[in-house]
Amino acid sequence: MSESTATTDRSSADGPESEGSPEEAGRDFGRLMREITQSDLLVVVFAIFAAMLLGGLLVVLADKDVLATTGYFFSRPGDFFAAVGGTLSSVFTTMFQGAIYNTNASDVAVGIRPFTQTLTVATPLILAGLGLGLGFRAGLFNIGAQGQIIIGATVGAYVGFAWDLPVVLHLIVAVVGCVLGGAIWGFIPGFLKARTGAHEVITTIMLNYIALNLVSFALSKTAFQRPGSTNPQSPLIAETAEYPLILGSAYNLHLGFLLALAAAGGVWWLLERSTWGFQFRAVGANPHAARTAGMSVSKVYILVMVTAGALAGLAGSAQILGTEHSLTAGVAASFGFDAITVALLGRSRPLGIVFAALLFGALRAAGPALQVQAGVPVDIVLVIQSLIVLFIAAPPLVRTMFRLPAPAHVKEVAA
Amino acid sequence: MTTLVDAPVTPAADDASARRRWAGPIGLGLIGLVSFIFFGIGSGGGNETTFSVARQSDFFTIPTLTVPSQLTATALSVIALALAGLAVWATLQRRTLGWWLPVVFTIAVMGSLLTWAGAGREGTNVQITGLLTSAIVLSIPLVFGALSGTLCERSGVINIAIEGQLLFGAFLAALVASATGNAYAGLVAAPLAGALVGALLAIFAVKYWVDQIVVGVVLNVLVIGLTSFLFGSLMRDNPNLNQSMSLGRLPVPVLSEIPIIGPVLFNHNALVYIMYVTVIVLHIMLFKSRWGLRVRAVGEHPKAADTVGIKVNRTRVRNVILGGAIAGLGGAFFTVAAGLAFGKEMTAGKGFIALAAMILGRWSPKGALLAALLFGFADALRLQLGIMGSPIPSQFLGMLPYLATIFAVAGLVGFAKPPAAEGKPYKK
Repeated sequence: MSESTATTDRSSADGPESEGSPEEAGRDFGRLMREITQSDLLVVVFAIFAAMLLGGLLVVLADKDVLATTGYFFSRPGDFFAAVGGTLSSVFTTMFQGAIYNTNASDVAVGIRPFTQTLTVATPLILAGLGLGLGFRAGLFNIGAQGQIIIGATVGAYVGFAWDLPVVLHLIVAVVGCVLGGAIWGFIPGFLKARTGAHEVITTIMLNYIALNLVSFALSKTAFQRPGSTNPQSPLIAETAEYPLILGSAYNLHLGFLLALAAAGGVWWLLERSTWGFQFRAVGANPHAARTAGMSVSKVYILVMVTAGALAGLAGSAQILGTEHSLTAGVAASFGFDAITVALLGRSRPLGIVFAALLFGALRAAGPALQVQAGVPVDIVLVIQSLIVLFIAAPPLVRTMFRLPAPAHVKEVAA
Repeated sequence: MTTLVDAPVTPAADDASARRRWAGPIGLGLIGLVSFIFFGIGSGGGNETTFSVARQSDFFTIPTLTVPSQLTATALSVIALALAGLAVWATLQRRTLGWWLPVVFTIAVMGSLLTWAGAGREGTNVQITGLLTSAIVLSIPLVFGALSGTLCERSGVINIAIEGQLLFGAFLAALVASATGNAYAGLVAAPLAGALVGALLAIFAVKYWVDQIVVGVVLNVLVIGLTSFLFGSLMRDNPNLNQSMSLGRLPVPVLSEIPIIGPVLFNHNALVYIMYVTVIVLHIMLFKSRWGLRVRAVGEHPKAADTVGIKVNRTRVRNVILGGAIAGLGGAFFTVAAGLAFGKEMTAGKGFIALAAMILGRWSPKGALLAALLFGFADALRLQLGIMGSPIPSQFLGMLPYLATIFAVAGLVGFAKPPAAEGKPYKK
């Protein structure tokens, strides 16, 4: 645990330096090239490239048209390569059309709908990813976003359908409910970690399942049941509690997305500019040193987990008040787990998390189109996603694969 | 450094100089009190509970047992309270009680609960044999998963990927069994699948020093994605690659004829017998053999182990692969052992309950077995109470393993201490 945080911190220390020295780099082109090839960004780009390639390979290997041509590969190899090429191009074209721009659309308004869908899907990923990233920076491995989203969404949904409040107020109260629900669910592991040293990985995993059981229990009670429905689902939330659609009713993009961007700015400020953020990072870098310096490590653990929970609760609000409008046991989908990969890919930096969430949001948004048009199961997205994170987590692997030079500080460690 | 003892599951303090731990005895007392008030008194006077133990296929039949509900439930609760009292006394005396105490305590409370649940239900018997049999069956993946976790963590590598190993084992078992038309071929393939996931974990954790929890989490996602993808493409295009194949029952001669014990323990498929053997062999190997001593040394103090010539990283890689293989074998439970075809994400979080069982079992195979059996029993109880229509919501019984684990890691019940060097890559 401490090792990985140390590595990320080291890379963060390098980041601003390489960005902040353009004049020097301009003077020496060779040095610029070296910096680029040694930078983490290049590893990220290559990791994404490699993961997409492997994902494509998997699709090709499982494709029945391709499999059919392997039977007579040696008599007519051309068929095999044509089938491989056909499958690959249809997969990547469909992904582009499903996530960014639908080139078959009659006008731009319809064409950009996939992109707005990407932004919508990215919203809970950004929010939950910010919470998890905050935890990683403080040395806490919080796997509990799933449970925090569920509890936040449950509270928000209850406020949304059971209470009757005026227009703007209702939305605000519902959002606050989501935040509080998530924060409470984040407080528990933080408190346990601070007081008893209980490992947050274990407690948050367990709390995820407890939250799932709680919400399915709630949905079996009349207070949460939709009248006239036997399915475990809540009534629809009132329209006054819904996030307004920011691009009109033709698109699903809701106010939660802007909220997510604002939250990213807020988390950046918190981490980089505030005293608390400094304490968070200090505890993450070395809790013993932080304690020696007079910081309350327990307080930091609790505060970080509460903030992370609150952000995950906001992610829950994006689900319940933004897209789902009705509580089910599957309200969090797998956003809580995907957010872990988002935070890892984004290197726990707010800006990085926003971009990572957009990438994974795009992959997810492309899912349905892949399934329908290319006949490829959506789950390929999970494969690509996890491969990206695996590659990024092991920069030496990517450097070996693409024969990139190792950065200086890694050599020092190895020596 | 940490003493390398096979710590018995006990709520009392281990060490005379240590502060007395009161949370354990108090917890037991509270549970006993709840049992006394809700199940004992709550059963209501005049009601009767019928337990049936025998099945028609048995060698000779035992008649059903009908007992007065309130008296029985109260008596069992009093036993539980007495045990809690014993725990308090032991804590005062700074004595250590054996693992039997929590086991007997649990049996007493569960018996009280069952008596209460079956109170005054005409025609609905509490099926003891069926309950225990399904407890054993439901605990299979948990036992294998917890053993895998124990093996990995004892050597210093955290294995969060148990879930992925189970799932991949289940997948490959179904695939190979269907392709070859032989369920036993699936049983051979399952550990290979788990070992593959274990090998990935080992490469990233030991060679590239990637955070072990990160690798574990990501490997779970990878396996879920991969198996679901192949389920939706390869297996959908070729339905003959995913059939429901079943390992037949292999009743042990003579032993399986014993009433209650026979059907519960000795009338299962091969996987269950493999499980018995694996638990016993691993427990002896880990705590009584040279290999086990080396593994534990690597997990507690790798530098010291290295100094005396033990290859730290090689030991870790081997253990993680072996652990993966064991979890993969447990994955066979979901497909070939249960006689089902593969389904998307069919392990449904069992890998994480196995992780919990490993912690509750304090990183020992015997403890892992007991904890996994407890969780299997809770699951079986949930199903049985669901059939009987009990007033306890099934979701609360579903939460039980997770709550127990939180209490355990928070040190409220006993104290769970992981191997000292776990999670830290070894760099010379």
